[in-house]
Amino acid sequence: MSVFILRRLMQSALVMVAMAVIVFFGIHLIGDPVWMFVSPDMDQQDIEEVTRALGLDRPIWEQFGYFVLSALQGDLGTSFIFGEPALGLIIERMPATLELAFTALLMAVAFGIPLGLYAGLYPDSAVSKAIMAGSILGFSLPTFWVGIMLIMVFAVILGWLPSTGRGDTVDLFGVPVSFLTLDGLKHLLLPAFNLALLKISLVIRLTRAGTREAIHQDYIKFARAKGLSTRRIIGVHLLKNILIPVVTVLGLEFGSLIAFSVVTETVFAWPGMGKLLIEAIQQLDRPIIVAYLIMIVFLFVVINLIVDILYSILDPRVRLGDRGA
Amino acid sequence: MAVTDAGKTSPIEAAPLPAPPAEAPLKRFLSDFADSRLALGAALLLAAIMIVAFLAPVIAPQDPYDLATVSVLDARLPPGTENFAGYTHWLGTDGAGRDLLSAILYGLRISISVGLASGVIALFVGMAVGLVAAYVGGRTEGLIMRVVDLQLSFPAVLVALILLAILGKGIDKIVIALVVAQWAYYARTVRASALVERRREYVEAAQSLGLSHARIIFRHILPNCLAPLIVVGTVQTAHAIALEATLSFLGVGLPQTEPSLGLLIANGFEYMISGKYWISVFPGLALLLTIVSINMVGDQLRDVLNPRLQK
Repeated sequence: MSVFILRRLMQSALVMVAMAVIVFFGIHLIGDPVWMFVSPDMDQQDIEEVTRALGLDRPIWEQFGYFVLSALQGDLGTSFIFGEPALGLIIERMPATLELAFTALLMAVAFGIPLGLYAGLYPDSAVSKAIMAGSILGFSLPTFWVGIMLIMVFAVILGWLPSTGRGDTVDLFGVPVSFLTLDGLKHLLLPAFNLALLKISLVIRLTRAGTREAIHQDYIKFARAKGLSTRRIIGVHLLKNILIPVVTVLGLEFGSLIAFSVVTETVFAWPGMGKLLIEAIQQLDRPIIVAYLIMIVFLFVVINLIVDILYSILDPRVRLGDRGA
Repeated sequence: MAVTDAGKTSPIEAAPLPAPPAEAPLKRFLSDFADSRLALGAALLLAAIMIVAFLAPVIAPQDPYDLATVSVLDARLPPGTENFAGYTHWLGTDGAGRDLLSAILYGLRISISVGLASGVIALFVGMAVGLVAAYVGGRTEGLIMRVVDLQLSFPAVLVALILLAILGKGIDKIVIALVVAQWAYYARTVRASALVERRREYVEAAQSLGLSHARIIFRHILPNCLAPLIVVGTVQTAHAIALEATLSFLGVGLPQTEPSLGLLIANGFEYMISGKYWISVFPGLALLLTIVSINMVGDQLRDVLNPRLQK
């Protein structure tokens, strides 16, 4: 077990190093970074001075070493636009993104499991067919387009919900959150649903497939023969067994929620990390871009690591398979 | 050659199946495909979309990027309005006074071209990598599949976004980003089916005949891996189109000079709050019809090309 975890840790570290190399050299490949710091009216001497001050006259390997060393100390550069440390800006906006992603995850479970259960129990009913058609649409519609349509219907035509921003926030353990105020909750609803839609479709399919498979198993037949109520059979025996794959997949999908929040945050002007990234790309604020990339890869590596370790605890075959390969 | 021909209908494969009717394969494929009215409709719709998209310069009522015919005075006219020149804008006009129907046709052309180009390039890259991995095996395969797994653990939209953040805007750059984001799906698909095919007798026969590795890979193994590749190809092309639209909407994909559907939607988004819905909605519908029809065709292809599902 510990060998497995150690090996996965080393792999994760390797991924981080590879990513740092790609990002660092990628950014150097497309142009001299010194042009980000000089203004057009500077002469050659000034430019050389800036180059020296930034350490850009050093060999590229030395620069890379310096970049890695400062990155390890949490210094990923200072934003050109805000004049503040890039990593600090990202972390400042992280709670908003995490709140959005967690709410979406909650919605995926709250909508996906009952709908999938219904579609699995009554596969031939018209409602089930509508649910499945809806889940196919949920898969194929681009997130940003659904977001725009949600704004059009609920904010512009009906006027029920606000279309942009985060609303009132209150501090929970020093972190501002929206879901504890009514105004914040209203602001949260549309973007979270937009982000959740893809995952709702996924959960519907998983739950439906699991239900249809489990319904013919012996333990269900046995529970029926014992004379248990249908409600108890479905609520306890069936649900318990189909929840395992659903929870595992949702854990894996959490990272993709954070990635897709870039899109949702842009549509709904939600002040999270994703919106910051898009603005940084448009304003060529490179330190923010680099900090975001390093941060998101780190987040992904950590999520994958946790899921892998949990998986190997739940299912010993994974560990054995890894050793055999 | 005789050996390989015999190998292709190896007794192991043919034995459990009843003798297939003597029918041309293409004809059977078409009649199987047409079994589903919905899929047939989707295929026809897709064909129609492709035709109008590629004929855009010929059939569009206006060249939306010819400054001589576009007037800002016509900006944001609702659908069905007649302009000063006496021409009716059936889908209205956008923020710069361009006829929206024409802009959509031109936008479709860009969206579909980018989707197809990146889909085809990613297919060839992924196919080559997957075939080599399956055929060579050993450490090379282990290394290649590690990279594939690693990349697949990141969502495609994130990979493309990271690349475009580094590369900048442009048609060539977005094609590169989409190829990098998608090649791994093809590699995984091809490798999975090539692994099965590699152990078949016809490969052994070809090897004992002393054929070159390249010939065995491309002439013998590849044709038998094509079915799943085609299915993944259609679905991934739909993904590529959706992804390009998303990236362009975010403002990191195509420049304003190459307005794909995603950019048209993004441009219309700012007018939506004031109730001018059509600038965003109609390009969105065009995008939707394209993606959904490709996905439906892909679904039916999967059913038709899978021998296990054949009656």
